[in-house]
Amino acid sequence: MTTILKDNISENFLAALPSIKDDKALNLLKDQGLPSTKNEEYKYTAITKKIASDITDFHQASPALLSDQDISGAAIDGLEAYILVLNNGILDLKHSTLPVSGFAITEIADSTTAPFHTDDITNDSFMALNRLSYLKGISIHIPRNTVLDKPVMVLNFIQSTAGQIISPKIWIEGAENAEAIFLEKTISLDKNPYFLNGSIEVKVGSNSHLHYYRIQNQSKQAIEVNSFHADVSKDATFTSFVLSLQGNMIRNNVTLNLNGSGCVGNMYGLYILNGKTHVDNHTNVDHTQPHCDSNELYKGILGDSSRGVFNGKIFVRQDAQKTNAFQQNNNILLSEDATVNTKPQLEIWADDVKCSHGCTTGQLDEEAMFYLQARGIGKEQARALLLFAFAGDVIDHIKVDAFKDYCIDLIHETLGTNF
Amino acid sequence: MLSIKNLHASIEGSPILNGINLEIKAGEVHAIMGPNGSGKSTLASVLAGREEYEVTQGEVIFQGKDLLELSPEDRAREGVFLAFQYPVEIPGVSSTNFLRTAINQVRSYRGQDPLDAVKFLSLMKEKMKLVEIDQKLLSRSLNEGFSGGEKKRNEIFQMAMLEPTLSILDETDSGLDIDALRVVSNGVNHLKSKDNATIVVTHYQRLLDYIVPDYVHVLYKGRIVKSGTKDLALELEEKGYDWIKEEVDGTTV
Repeated sequence: MTTILKDNISENFLAALPSIKDDKALNLLKDQGLPSTKNEEYKYTAITKKIASDITDFHQASPALLSDQDISGAAIDGLEAYILVLNNGILDLKHSTLPVSGFAITEIADSTTAPFHTDDITNDSFMALNRLSYLKGISIHIPRNTVLDKPVMVLNFIQSTAGQIISPKIWIEGAENAEAIFLEKTISLDKNPYFLNGSIEVKVGSNSHLHYYRIQNQSKQAIEVNSFHADVSKDATFTSFVLSLQGNMIRNNVTLNLNGSGCVGNMYGLYILNGKTHVDNHTNVDHTQPHCDSNELYKGILGDSSRGVFNGKIFVRQDAQKTNAFQQNNNILLSEDATVNTKPQLEIWADDVKCSHGCTTGQLDEEAMFYLQARGIGKEQARALLLFAFAGDVIDHIKVDAFKDYCIDLIHETLGTNF
Repeated sequence: MLSIKNLHASIEGSPILNGINLEIKAGEVHAIMGPNGSGKSTLASVLAGREEYEVTQGEVIFQGKDLLELSPEDRAREGVFLAFQYPVEIPGVSSTNFLRTAINQVRSYRGQDPLDAVKFLSLMKEKMKLVEIDQKLLSRSLNEGFSGGEKKRNEIFQMAMLEPTLSILDETDSGLDIDALRVVSNGVNHLKSKDNATIVVTHYQRLLDYIVPDYVHVLYKGRIVKSGTKDLALELEEKGYDWIKEEVDGTTV
C-alpha cells in the first residue's frame, strides 16, 4: 500500500485481502476510511472502534466443518422450507436443499461479473469493504411468473477460529410477477469474536412480491454490519423484517428505492435486548415515483445496559405525488441503564402526499400494570402480557406462521417469560 | 367482611385520607359520596392496592386478613374487585385473552383447576347477556377505542366473570347516559347476594335510584363526616354539600 489510509483498521482489512478486485471500492475506503462517531450516521454506534478492540485476525474466515446435525439443529419446528446453507458466507450446496425449478443460483467471484448494483457504494464504506472482501458472492434469480411454493431458509453459519471476518454477498432478483419469501437465521458456531460484514442487494421486478425476514440471535461476541438494498419496480411489493436479539454490536442499514409507480415498500423491525447488546437500525426509503406506499414500524424493548439506535430517513421526491409514507418507532426501557437514540428524518418535495412519523420512548405503563394486577394477574405475567402485546403488532406482519411462532418463542425466551 | 379502622393515606407526602372508619357486612351496599377532592377515589384505590398511595396509619381487615399486606393481585384473588373510574386501554391484549388469564390465575390461587376453553366460553356467553355486551367488542384489544359506556360495561362484565366478594365501583356512573346507567346498574343488582358486598363511590345521587344502598356515607376532607340511609343521599341531592361543609368546618374551627 503506497497511499496513507485514514485509519489503521482499514489498513488491517486491506492487508489481509488476497487481491484487490474493485478499484472504486478501494478508493472509497482510502478516501473515507471506516466511520468513526464523528460521522453523523455513526454518531451513537462506535462500531469501527469496537472492531479495532475485539478483532485480532483480519483474514476472511475459512469454511467451517459443518455436520448434518448443525443443519438439522438449526431447523425451525413445523417450517416447510427450502434450505440454503452459507458456511462463513460461502454457499454450501451439499447441505442445501434448493428448488429444482424456477430458481437459478450462481456464484460470483468479483464485482465485474455482478448481476446488478442497486446502489452506488459511496454511501457507506462498509459496503465498499464488503465489495472488496467477499470471496464468492451468490446470485439468485427467480424467473418471470414464478411463485416459489415454499420459503427459502438461509442458514448463515459462522465459525471464526481461522480468520474473523465474514463477508457474505447475496444478489436476489425476482423478475416480473415472481413471488418468494426468504427467511434468514445467523448461527454462531462458537464464541470467538467475529465481524460479519454482509451485503444483500435485491431487485424486485414489476408486480413481483419479495419478502426477506431475518433473525439476528448470535453469540455475545458478534459484531455485524449489514447493508441491505432493494430496488422496487412498478406495482411490486417488498418487505424487510429484522428481529434482533443478541450480539455484541449490530448495525443494520436498510435502503428501499421505490423506483416504479404503484409499488409498496415495508420495513419492520423488532429489537429485544439485554446485557450490553447494542443494535442500530438505520433505514432509508426513497420515493421517486407517484402512488407508492412505504410502511415502517420498528419497536424496541431494552433491558439491562443495552442500547438501541433508530434512524429513519424518508425522501419523497417532487414526482412522487400521492405517496403514503408512514414511519413509527416505539421503545420501552426496562432498566435505568438502557438507552435509546431515535431520530426520524423526512424530506418531502412533493405537495400531494400523506406522510407521518412518530417515535416514543418510555417505561412499561404503570397504570396498565395496575389494571391487570387488580384483576388477579401476577406482576410477572402482567409484565409479559404487556411487553408481548407491544411487540405483537410488528410480529403480526410475518406471513409465515411457523417462522412467526419461532420468533415468538425466541422473544419469550429473551424476555424470560412464558405463557 | 370489611373493617376499616382509622385509615390514613397520603400521596407524595400530602395526606388525602385522614382517619376513615367503616364496617361492611356481607349482603350490604354502601354508598360513598362527597364533594370533589374529598378522597372518595383515593379510598377505592387504597383498598385495591394502588402503589402511589402510602398508608400512614390504620388498618383494613378483609375476611380476617390484613388487606394492606397483600399485593394488588392477591387482593383480587381474595375477592376484592375495583371497577375503575377510568378503565385502561391496553392495545394488543384482547379482552378474552386477558380475562382467561385473570380467571385462571385467580383459580390457581384458590387451588382450583383452570377453566378449559369450552367452559370459559360458555361462562363468557352467560355473563355477556347480563351487561348486554357484544362478543365483537371482547375480541378487540382491551378497552381500546371503546366508548365511555362500553368501557364501564366491560368493567361490570369483568366483575361478573370474576364473581368478587367485595366490589368497589369507583364513579362507574360518571359520564353514562341513562340507558347505559340502567344496563350497568342492572348488572350490579343482578350480581348482588347475601354473601357479597358492594361499595358504590359516586358523585351523583342518580345512581342510587338504581343501585339502592343500605348506607350512605359522606366523605369530606378525608374523613366520613356523616352516615345515614338512602334518605341522606336524597337530602344531598336537594341541598348540595355546602351545609355539610359548614357543619364540619364550623366545628373544627
